[in-house]
Amino acid sequence: MGAALRTLGQVAVVGLAVWMLARLGIRWEYVADAPWQIGDLLGRMFPPEWSAAGALVGPLIQTVNIATLGTALAIALSLPVALLAALNTTPNRATYGLARVVMVLSRSVDTLIWALVFIIAVGPGSLAGVLAIAVRSIGFVSKLLAEGIEEIDAGQVEAVTATGAGRWQVLFYAVVPQVRPVFAGVAIYRWDINIRESTVLGLVGAGGIGFALNEAILGLEWSRVGMILVIVLAVVAASEAGSAWLRKRAT
Amino acid sequence: MSARAWRRPSLWPRPWMGPVVWSGAAAFLLWNAVSLEINPDRIARGLGRLGEVAARAVPPDFARTGLLVSGVLESVEIATLSTLFGVLLGIPVAVLAARTVVPPAVYASGRGTITLGRTFHELIVGILFVKAVGFGPLAGVLTLTVNSVGFFSKLLAEEIERIDRGQIEAVRATGASRAQILIYGVLPQVLPRIIGLTIYQWDIHLRQSTIIGIVGAGGIGATLLNAFSRYDYDFALAILIVIVAIVLVGEAVSAVARRAVQ
Repeated sequence: MGAALRTLGQVAVVGLAVWMLARLGIRWEYVADAPWQIGDLLGRMFPPEWSAAGALVGPLIQTVNIATLGTALAIALSLPVALLAALNTTPNRATYGLARVVMVLSRSVDTLIWALVFIIAVGPGSLAGVLAIAVRSIGFVSKLLAEGIEEIDAGQVEAVTATGAGRWQVLFYAVVPQVRPVFAGVAIYRWDINIRESTVLGLVGAGGIGFALNEAILGLEWSRVGMILVIVLAVVAASEAGSAWLRKRAT
Repeated sequence: MSARAWRRPSLWPRPWMGPVVWSGAAAFLLWNAVSLEINPDRIARGLGRLGEVAARAVPPDFARTGLLVSGVLESVEIATLSTLFGVLLGIPVAVLAARTVVPPAVYASGRGTITLGRTFHELIVGILFVKAVGFGPLAGVLTLTVNSVGFFSKLLAEEIERIDRGQIEAVRATGASRAQILIYGVLPQVLPRIIGLTIYQWDIHLRQSTIIGIVGAGGIGATLLNAFSRYDYDFALAILIVIVAIVLVGEAVSAVARRAVQ
């Protein structure tokens, strides 16, 4: 019985896959050609155009700045959202619901789509990128932050309340000191994610090194594309290592 | 007698450090903003324009149902197929990247593959595949397949490293070969994790499949980009609503399925 069921399941998975593949209308001669094409592409990228490195420093700094500024803005915007989204600090049901809606909207639309929206508003350029990164990060940052707030020690809050402290004093003297490490960790983590995201913002015109990448691809300058990919690899790896080190120290 | 006043405990070991660090950070952010040519005037004008666009986008226009449905179906198909292929590709890579089951040299190459897969954003990988196999969903499937190696294999490799060594020893003691050890000693222990990760990966691919259309790799993202570039804001809003809906449904399905499995 179990074996029959398993066989049935396997047949169903293969059947579904075949049906979907058929629906996609794939040209199989392209598939057969793909390994050669990819090899050819990689061959053209090698060796990378090292001499282009100087011209790419500007876009690289822009990319890092977009990620940093976007993360800073996201943190500022996430603080109130997180306080409203944590069950122990939210004033009432309505504010809790509002915070949840903001978080869902922010998280379920990708950075690139937010970038398209902000390009319409503020025109192409890094500002659209910063806003896209910020708005997209609110959901992530405030969700983790709210969880951190919910896990705080209620005893300390009660102790401060017992001194006759007001709502804001309780917040600053009992809640904030307890969530500070979580907060630092989340901020650094999101900054690392945002570095990676900001490398592609330029593909839709929102600034950074993605813009140079798009230009190089459109111009078929493959060795320059190779150089840009090397730089992206280096900066993402560096930010990952850097953020891991910082998080270990901060939390 | 002067009573010592209570002071709020500080984060900084020396009192002067706080102001220095914070003003340093503020100066750094200000430099960022200046170097990106961001000023309040542009933001204010932008927000005004955003209001105009929003007014034109409401109510959302769901009239072109055909385009919406075909876009959604293509995204779901890309996500599902790439998850299937990604898992088939990801399991061997995970084995190669598990320190406890392979020699160090193999381990290094496995970890290298994972790092490479994690570093590049799916859109960068997408552009390269579109150049290689042409526009369309095939490029999307290949992109997400390659991209899943970074996530799926990394977590699976860590799981393999955590398994119970005793069972492997037991299977080895029966005279089993390396492949037999993997199938009878390792696989049964990590199977629940593989299933959980597969569902999670599908959820992630569903999100990604909504944007890879921006570089021509199929799915509903291409429809969205077209609507934006034709100033078709009411249709764009309809697409955005559909994307949010897909992502939420995918998240719910994956949460329910994972709970059922575990």
